[in-house]
Parts: sequence; C-alpha cells; structure tokens
Amino acid sequence: MYKYVLQSIGGVEVFATISLLLFFTVFVGMLVVVLRMKKSTIDEIAALPLEREIAQRSH
Amino acid sequence: MSNVELRTESNIETFYYDNKIVRDFGIATVVWGIIGFLVGLIVALKLVYPGFLNMLPELSYGRLRPLHTNAVVFAFAGNAIFIGVYYSLQRLCKARMFSDVLSKIHFWGWQLIIVAAALTLPLGFTSSKEYAELEWPIDIAITLVWVVFGINMLGTIFKRREKHIYVAIWFYISTFLTVALLHVVNSLALPVSFLKSYSMYAGVQDALVQWWYGHNAVAFFLTTPFLGMMYYFLPKAANRPVFSYRLSIIHFWALIFMYIWAGPHHLLYTALPDWTQSLGTVFSFALIAPSWGGMINGLMTLRGAWDRVREDPVLKFMVVGVTAYGMSTFEGPMMSLKSVNAITHYTDYVIAHVHVGALAWNGGLAFGVLYYIIPRIFKTELYSKKIANFHFWAATLGIVFYAIPIYWGGITQSLMWKEFTAEGTLRYPNFLETVTQIIPMYAMRAVGGTLYIIGALGAAYNLYKTAKSGSLVANEEAQAVPHQADKEVSGAHWHRVLEGKPAKLAFYSFIAVALGGIVEYIPTMLVKSNIPTISSVKPYTPLEIEGRDVYIKEGCVGCHSQMIRPFRSETVRYGEYSKVGEFVYDHPFLWGSKRTGPDLHRIGGKYPDAWHYMHFQNPQKIAIGSIMPEYGWLATTKVDQSHIEGKIITMRRLGVPYPEGYEKQAMADMQAQAKKIADGLKQSNIIVEPDREVVALIAYLQRLGTDIKLAPKEELKTPKPETSALH
Repeated sequence: MYKYVLQSIGGVEVFATISLLLFFTVFVGMLVVVLRMKKSTIDEIAALPLEREIAQRSH
Repeated sequence: MSNVELRTESNIETFYYDNKIVRDFGIATVVWGIIGFLVGLIVALKLVYPGFLNMLPELSYGRLRPLHTNAVVFAFAGNAIFIGVYYSLQRLCKARMFSDVLSKIHFWGWQLIIVAAALTLPLGFTSSKEYAELEWPIDIAITLVWVVFGINMLGTIFKRREKHIYVAIWFYISTFLTVALLHVVNSLALPVSFLKSYSMYAGVQDALVQWWYGHNAVAFFLTTPFLGMMYYFLPKAANRPVFSYRLSIIHFWALIFMYIWAGPHHLLYTALPDWTQSLGTVFSFALIAPSWGGMINGLMTLRGAWDRVREDPVLKFMVVGVTAYGMSTFEGPMMSLKSVNAITHYTDYVIAHVHVGALAWNGGLAFGVLYYIIPRIFKTELYSKKIANFHFWAATLGIVFYAIPIYWGGITQSLMWKEFTAEGTLRYPNFLETVTQIIPMYAMRAVGGTLYIIGALGAAYNLYKTAKSGSLVANEEAQAVPHQADKEVSGAHWHRVLEGKPAKLAFYSFIAVALGGIVEYIPTMLVKSNIPTISSVKPYTPLEIEGRDVYIKEGCVGCHSQMIRPFRSETVRYGEYSKVGEFVYDHPFLWGSKRTGPDLHRIGGKYPDAWHYMHFQNPQKIAIGSIMPEYGWLATTKVDQSHIEGKIITMRRLGVPYPEGYEKQAMADMQAQAKKIADGLKQSNIIVEPDREVVALIAYLQRLGTDIKLAPKEELKTPKPETSALH
C-alpha cells in the first residue's frame, strides 16, 4: 500500500540533486563556522574530559 | 530520578556518579565477548573439519554463524559501548545518570535480548537478514530497550551541570538516533506466527534496505560510539586534550553525513540499479577523508606522550585500535571501488576486513576502556601489568595470524574463480577445487583466533583480580556548579548555542542521516522502472515456500549467494546473470554476501532430486573434500505445515499475487507436489516420507532461477550492467 502512496509523488528524480546540494551547502557552512570558532572556546571545550571535579570523595 | 543528589548553600552541588551500572556493563562486555569469540572459533574450526560439533542441528554452521556475529556485534561491542557511555557521559555532564531505574532496565533488558538471541538463533528462528536475524518479538524488545537507553542518555544530557556538550556526546547521540532509525526500518515485517515473519520488502528493495542497515550498523554501532569513546578516553589516558577539537567537529558532521549514503557498495554488480551503486561508491570513497581525519586526530593526541604508550596497556590497546580504524577505513573505500569489489566480494577478503575492524578497532577500544575504568571504579591499581602486556601481544599477534591467511585465501580463491585457460574455459570449473586450496588458510586463521581468545581470557582474569583487590565505589561523590542553560547569552556563536542544546543537535544530526537514507531508498521504492517485470516469474508454490523457510532456518545464505554477477567468469560457471525482476516475490531476499560454497541462483534443474538428497545426507560422498556439513536431519524432520495458510495470506498482504482463497487449496497442492518428489526419489531407491524438510528444500532448490527460462526474449533485454573485460 505504502508503495502506491509514494508513487504519486511527481518528479522524484529531483530528490537526488536537491539533497546533494543541501549536503554540499551544509557541509561548507559547517566548515566555515568551525574554522571561525574562537580559540579560547575551543580550548575550553577540548579540556572538558580532563577537568577535575571540584572535589571527589568515595563512599 | 536519582535519590542521592543534594544541594549545598554555596551553589555548588554535590552528587554521585553511578559506578555500579558501569561495572555491570563491564562484566557483561567481558563475559559475552569471550562467548562470542568462542563461537567464532567453533565456526572457524567447522570450515576445516565440517563434522566438528555437527551432531545437533542447533550446532550446525549455518545456525551458529549468525550467533557468532550477533554475539560479537551486539553483546560484546554493544556492552562495551554502554560501559563507555555510562562512565564518560556522567563525567562529561557532571551529573548522575538520569534514572537508576532506566539504567537497570537498560542493562537487564539488553542482557535478556542477548539470551533470547542465543536461544532462538541455534533453534533456527531467523529472519536471515545479516546482523538483523532476530525475529520480530525480539526486534520489538530491542526497540523498547534502545528507547530506554535513549531517554536515560538524553535525560542525563538535559540535566547536566556543564554548559558545553563535548564532541564524544555528539557521537553518542547520533548513535542512538541512527540505530533506532535503521533498526525500525529494516526490521519491518509481517508476522506469520510467534517467531516467524516475512520482510515487508521484496528482492532488490529488501537488499537495498538490508545493506543500508547493514552498512550503517557498522557505521553507527561499531564506529560512532567507539569514536565517542576515543575522544573521551584517549585524552583522558594520555592526560592531554584532543589534538584538534575543530577537526573533531568536522570529523563528526562529515562522517554522519557521508556514511549513511555508502550502503549500496555491498551490492555492486548485483541487480541493484546502477545509479544507486555509483552513489554508494562515491560516498564510500569520500569517507576516507573524515575517517582519516579522526584517526589522525586520535593518534596526534598522543604527540609527546609516545613514551607512555610503551608503558600503559590502556594506551597500547587504544593505539592499536585507532591504527586499525585507519586501516579498515582505507580498505573499506578501496573495496567499494567496482574493480576491487569485483575481486573481493563474496570472498574471505571481506571476512578478514571485518575482523580487523572487530578484533582490533572495537576490541582494542573495548579492552583499553576496560583497563582504564575497572581500576578506577574499584579505587585500586591494575592487578598485573604483565598479564595485560601478554594480552596485548596475544591479541595483536592473534589479529595478524587471523587476518593475513584469510586475506590471502580470499584473493587466491577469487583469482581461481576468474581464471580462464587459453582455450577460453574456466581453469577451475569445479568450485570445490577453489575451496580445498584455501583450507590451510582456514586452519591458520583458527590459530590466530585461538591466540586472541587466550589473550581475552588473560584480560578476564586480570580484571577480576583487579576488582577483587579493591572495592567498588558504587556511588562516587563529585561536586560541580550547575550551569544556567536558560540564560544562554543571546547573539552567541550559533554553533556554541547549538552544542549547548542537545535537542537541536539531535534534530540536526537526525536530519543529516535521514536525508541520505531517504534519497537512496524512496526512489527505489517509487520508480517502477527500477524493477523490470518478467512475466514468467511466478510466486513460489506452497511446498517451495516451506522449502525456502527451511533454507532460511538452516542459514544456507551464510555460505551460498543467489546473485550471479554479470561477469563472464560467473555466467560460464553458474549460468545467466541474475535479473532484478526475478526477485520480486522474494520476502526476504536471499542474495547472500559470502560464497563459501557455490552460488545457487541457477541450481534449479542442474542436478536430479536424488543428487540433492544424497548430497544433504553426506556431501563428502558426492564431492570429495567438500566442507559442507551433513544435513541428515532434513530427511527425518517433519515440515511444520500448520502455518501454510497463514504464510500464503501474509505473502498476499505483502503483494505476492496469490489468488483470493488460494490458501484453502495450498495444503492439498503442497502435499501433491511433495508426493511427486518423494515418488521420484523412490525410483532411485531413496525412501523418504513426503512431509520431510528435505523434500520441501529440494522443491525450492529445483525451482531456483528457472522461471526466467520461460520468459519471452524481449522481456530479458534489460540494460546489461556495465562490465569490465577483465572479469
């Protein structure tokens, strides 16, 4: 049944082109944003795993 | 909600990490790991000694192979993911897990699913779709437990005390979302009875959905969560931040965007539409970039700390793991190039490739993480560095001894399949010759596997003694200042805002992965011209359906493909290459991915019924040196005919054109066809009751690939896929 519902969508070939463009745009956008991020922020986040908790005691 | 959190006056909150759940997942990882490896060793030995442990149907190769793959993927690697996530997520979020109850449900639910798999797969309850073999009630249980895991994880992220969401958590979120999507879409099936169902999809569509799932299970179950673990535990063990955090963000987005498109590389040269194959290849190849970005990022984190790698077992295992990740992610794209794929596909080369991934990358990370976590949550030191070093060398050498012979064997066999004499005939027309040639390699592979298991046993002992020497800090106290998520500075950099908002991040990653899936999948569902109809291809008879179900139950698909590629070497050996239109009634598809035995798509009519009967009874008698195990029980086990009506009705619902009311006649038709085959066998002095499994299976095999012979010529003029003169 679901096949017939979807079959009614016209111009399905455009899907591929649209998504490729979308993919490319998003990817480049992501790249620009990442490269423009501030060094201090980057360092702060990168140090997250290493951050010591304020205090650690065991129970 | 956890009941052990309290608030102090000075805005600093004291809370407790749940280490008990971490320990539990740790135990499960080691126990299931060793079981999974052992079953692997058993099936490896069966390829050398086909009679080994073949006294019971439940222990036959076809049924144990999926048990091995499922145990290693979902039980070993699965529990390893959870120990890593439950440990690192709490610490990165500075919060206890969202709910202790959900943690427990997740743990016990997952272990019960594994037990259910360990029981049903040997009993022959399987959907036959690789890494998705479990039947529908277990599929539903997986979905529920996975959702519990997701709620628990997202809940923890929402109540975190740390503003930023570290990149490891992004990988965890994408794992949760994508695995949920893959699992649900691929497992869609109509149940016939409890523990028996038929895939919603047929033939080429089923294949496409299955390998979209299969490939992305590797991506989002065996890669992204382990990358998340790498980004947390590697800096932790090396005590320095990741080499480039920027690179890790690019790594993340590029990886999840590209992986989802790569699935069709499992179906090159098959009857899949050509454009889909090419799309899969392009994205698979492009995947080298983010994958290697990730590997370099991991290894470069150790810059200046390489002296520690010599000392620390945690770092040793991680370095081997990350290096193997680099190797596998170079090799994978290469294997998705059509010319390379033509040689490696269906051979043991693929088996070697996945074992480098599983044993070195997943195994390396899993054991590295275990060696890191267990001493810490038990507040003690690792019991023995010597044993850990022994484990390291046993594992590393084990992988080498495993992989090299099997790579070699895979290429050897492939070249033998393709070799022609000067006269233009196949140099090795007997498939068996190409099998016996590589049996020594199979034997050597078992030695490598044994070494790996010995190492793992050492690890189990070492970790047990470590735990014994300390005591579990079940609730580890920690303090942190809560962050004000709501007071996000307006106008802040959007990516920082994004990474502070788990829901948005989750939404965008879901869009990223869903996009690839939709583009590849919907058009194939829609465009009828993708599946050229062949009028002579008819639905299976009731007896053939039952025979097909025996084929599925026994896991024949683990060793035999039903997909002849358009190469001269294959059409000469097997017959006419496979057409898409031949599979339109195949719920599920049974194309297979490995030829330990020959392709069976054109087996119909090739040998008399009596040949098949004798071959099942004693393959070695018919083909000296064959490594096919005996299937003596097929002649004594009765076909469960009680569901034939339901099977016909289910198939009709799925679109197979059985006439209305045919289910009433199905039983009579089945018995008549069975009697005819049994009577025929009597002529060859073979006495068998017509209601036995072997009769149904013979009926199915004799039907395979024969419909096309009755087709009008012009219907077969589908565009022939592009072939290379080399093959």
